[in-house]
Order: sequence, then C-alpha cells, then structure tokens
Amino acid sequence: MTENLAANRLQSSGAYALELDGVARHFGALVALSGIDMRIAAGERRAVLGSNGAGKTTLFNAVTGDFLPTAGRIRFFGEDITDLPPHERIRRGLRRTYQISQLFKGLSVLDSIFLACRGVSRRRFSLLRPAAADVNMVQARSILEAVHLDAHRDALVATLSHGQQRQLEIALALAGAPRFILFDEPAAGLSPTERRDLVAILNALPKHIGFIIIEHDLDVALRVADYVSMMHNGRLFKEGTPQEIEADPEVQQIYLGGKHG
Amino acid sequence: MSLTAATDGAMPQQNWLDKLGAAHILLAVALLLYPLVASDFFLTQIAGYSMIFGVLALSLMLLAGYGGMLSLAQITVAGIAAYAVAILGNNTSNVLGFGWPWWIVVPFAVAAAAVSSALIGWISVRTEGIYTLMITLAIATATFYFAQQNYAIFNGHSGYAGIHAPVFWGIDWRDPKPFYYLCLGLAALSYAAVLYGSRSTFGMTLQAIRDNPRRMRALGYHVTAHKVFAWFLAGILAGLAGVLLVWFNGRVSPGTIGVDVAIDVLVIAVIGGLRHPIGSFLGAIVVILMQTFAIDIVGAERFNTLIGLVFLVIVFVSPDGILGLWGRIKPHFAQESLRAGP
Repeated sequence: MTENLAANRLQSSGAYALELDGVARHFGALVALSGIDMRIAAGERRAVLGSNGAGKTTLFNAVTGDFLPTAGRIRFFGEDITDLPPHERIRRGLRRTYQISQLFKGLSVLDSIFLACRGVSRRRFSLLRPAAADVNMVQARSILEAVHLDAHRDALVATLSHGQQRQLEIALALAGAPRFILFDEPAAGLSPTERRDLVAILNALPKHIGFIIIEHDLDVALRVADYVSMMHNGRLFKEGTPQEIEADPEVQQIYLGGKHG
Repeated sequence: MSLTAATDGAMPQQNWLDKLGAAHILLAVALLLYPLVASDFFLTQIAGYSMIFGVLALSLMLLAGYGGMLSLAQITVAGIAAYAVAILGNNTSNVLGFGWPWWIVVPFAVAAAAVSSALIGWISVRTEGIYTLMITLAIATATFYFAQQNYAIFNGHSGYAGIHAPVFWGIDWRDPKPFYYLCLGLAALSYAAVLYGSRSTFGMTLQAIRDNPRRMRALGYHVTAHKVFAWFLAGILAGLAGVLLVWFNGRVSPGTIGVDVAIDVLVIAVIGGLRHPIGSFLGAIVVILMQTFAIDIVGAERFNTLIGLVFLVIVFVSPDGILGLWGRIKPHFAQESLRAGP
C-alpha cells in the first residue's frame, strides 16, 4: 500500500526530491538555522560541509521532523511535509542516519533491520512472530549482506563494535525502498579500511536514491557527492562542485584550513 | 533489564519441543500434580492467590520490562474488571447487578479493563520514568477515592458482596481444586502469550521503542500508538486477574484497589524481576507467602517491616530481582543465555 502511494507520488512530483524555503530554527535566542533555501534534485548526491555548530545536524532534524523548524517550508518530492510528524515523512520515502548511533541495544542485528523494513510496510502491530520467509525478513537479510553484517546477524546490538554499529546505522536507513537519505557523519570513528567500505556502499546505492551527506572527512564527502553546500553559523554561504569547493580560497580558510574537528 | 528482555532473540531455530523447554515441561507437570499433595489452604490462599497477582504483575512486566513504562495503576484496571463483574452479574448488595450470565460478563469486564488501561496509557505516555509513575499513582488514588464516595455505581466504601464464581459442567469453580486449575490455566495462558508475544512483530517494536523511541519514529513508527496498544494488551491481563480476584474474594470494595495494593503489585514485579515473564510469578509467590506467614513469625504489628526488609535486601543484592539472583548463583547459566550469535 505504502509503496503504491509512493510510486504515484513519484510520478506526479516535480524534479526535486527536497526543497527548502527559508527554513529556520531558533533555540531561544540562539539561531541554529536561518533562511536556508535549498533545492536537491531526485537522485542527486549532496555533501554538506561546515564546522561544528554550523547547523548541519539541525538542518537534518528539521527535514526529518525530529525538531520542527521555527520558520520556512519543506517539500519532499513536491509534497509539503513541514507539518507532518516524523513517521509520516519516513513512510513517504525519507530516511536518515544519526551522528551518534541511535540503535536498539536489546535487539539482535537482524531484528533491528527487520523492524526498519516493517516500519514502512504493513502489519506493524502484528502479534504474530515473523516467519523466516516473511517478505520483510527476506529484505532484512539482503540488506544485512549489503552492509557486510551477515556474520553478526543474531548478535545483540549492544555487543557490536563501533564500526559495526555504524554499518547498522546505514543498514536501517537503507530498509524499505528509500527515495532520499540523510547521512549524518556516517564515517565518524571509522578506520581507514571501514571508510573505504563506506564509500563503496554509498557509491553502490541505486542511482534513483539521492542523499545528503554531512561529513568532515573530505576524502569520503567529495568522493560520493555530485555537489557541495557549505554552511557557516546557520547559513548556507557557498555551493559548488567538489572541485570548485576544494579550490575555493574562502572555503579553505574557514573550513579546510582551520579545521575545527 | 533492557539488555536481557530480548535475549531469546539470539536463540537458533529449534523444533517445538526444544523451544518449549525441559524446564517448562517439568514446571507444568509439577503444577498439574500439586493438588495431590496440597491442602485446600495452599491450593487457593497461596497458589491460586499468587497466580492471580502473578498475572497482575505480568501486566506490569509487559509494560515495564518490554515497554519501559512503569505503572501503579494495574490494580485499578483489575478493579474495573472486578466491579464490572459485580455490576453486570449477580451480587447480594441490592445495588445494580444485572444478572447477566458469566460468559457475557467476563468478556465485557475484560474489555472494560483493556479500554480503561488504554485510556490510562494514552494519558500517561506523554511522560517518562518517574513521571509516568506519578501520573498512574494519581489515577489509582483518584479512582480509589471516587469508588469510595460514589454510591450509584461503586456502592461506596462497602462495595459489592456476594459475587460467586460460575458453576458449569457440574463444577463450582470456586471450590479449591477447580479454582486452582482455573487460575493455573489462565496464568499459563497469560504467561505463554507474553512469552510468545515478546518475539512477535509488536513485541519487538515495543522493546525497540523502550531502547530508542526517537529512532523508531525515524523508521516510520507511530510511537504513541504502539505504547497505547501495549497498555491495551496489559489491560487484558490485568482484567483477567481482576475477574479471578473478585471470584476469589467473593466481594470487591475500594480496599481491593487501594494504593497499598497498587504498591504490592509493583513490589511483586520488582522482587521477581522484569527481565522475563516468569519473574512476575516468582515475585508473587514470595510476597504472598510473606504476607501470609510473616504474621506468625514476627507478629501482627511487624509483618510489613519484615516484607519491606526482604524487599530491600533483594533489590540491594540484585537490581534484577529474583531472576537476577538466579543469574548470580548460576553465572555460567546466565552467560549462556546472554551470549549472542554463532
């Protein structure tokens, strides 16, 4: 049911996966985001760079509805989702990962991914145990392989290493036919090898799935993105191709030169 | 608590006999044969009564162990079912008493309890932790005083008397042996349902919401709806316990749903342990035995002190209750069940 609705919407929607008009977020007197205008085409891969406190994660929270924006409108594939609760946005094909892993420590890896698949499907309230052949279980097992966690499928999430938990973060976002994903520093705390795996996973995503990636590691960010947005003090101040951004003197001074962490 | 409630997720596929477990089969045989050796007093006042409070504590374990929601209103929900039995069926208090047959009264009473529980849940799920406890305590207290002062529905402080368990198939189900088997049957059914349900889709969503509600929203779940549904299910269990309780006592009054009883239910669940459904029944047996025999040991004026001390010692030694104690006595056992994956 959800999938059909999503498909209909895809046909009727415009060319943009995500449109932000004047999105702002204030925490009391603190302006975390102000006047963000952004257009991201369907299937586009965008990197958002900026120092800590630039408002990148706040931007994600506004888009997913974790924290509502105080001003502005957000459209997802042409539909205004500004006032929708988070779960309704997710059911429309939006996904996200978290900078600090947000997982279910008492559940197994496979069950976690199963829940991610079931969350955008039917029978969320089922009082029956899912069969091994359940369509969401089958989906979960294939995602498990895609993120190289099949060896840990029955492990409790609490027992996973940091790197494995980051992989599971991504697995949860890939579940159930996503149309657009927000990756919040997916490479945080990963080893160089794990970073290479991450780049491979992101580049292997189906072409119709667009994403925004917040990432401090430019080796990761500029390798997976088509286009880059720079944020500073809650504002977007520069956009360009990875090459332009890397070469820009102002960018180098604010971000690449004096890296804040 | 949160780590272990879902550990059976790590178990490999087994046939149904293995799944059922040797421990469960042994326990079932022992409980079925118990009436051969037990006196009527031990059949009803100890075993039957423990199983009633076990089911009541189980409804709290479902909310707290799997859902992370603490409640002091479980006895209130059970009381609603008990009052419904008195009002819809027969009583000798000359107030209301529609005289409906038991097989209509019981479903109505349990449904009333479940809906009330869902309502209490809907009010309290906006809060977390200690605040949920406070709101449910307020609801329990308010209901107690309302029942005490309302004569039209609750018949005031005297409540309803003369409520009799049904008689059918030529059996009076309040006789010691039938009542014991009735309690055993419903307790076993409730226990099996919770154990099975903990690995159902809904059971997993509830545990995931306990661990991380924000992430569950970001996976497409309406977290509030899942919590309220958990309250509804817990209300079915509490309602069943309430029906058994009113048949056991033969009467129901505000004292049945007092705050002291509400605390008893919490103490039973915590003493037993919230990590596994069996804990509720272990806790119930310990507390009911203490309530029954502490008077003989330390006298009528000090028995609550003894119960309080035992509670303190158990919680101090093992925050996971009796289940946690078992884990300490058998560390290898606990490790095995905690070990995950191949």
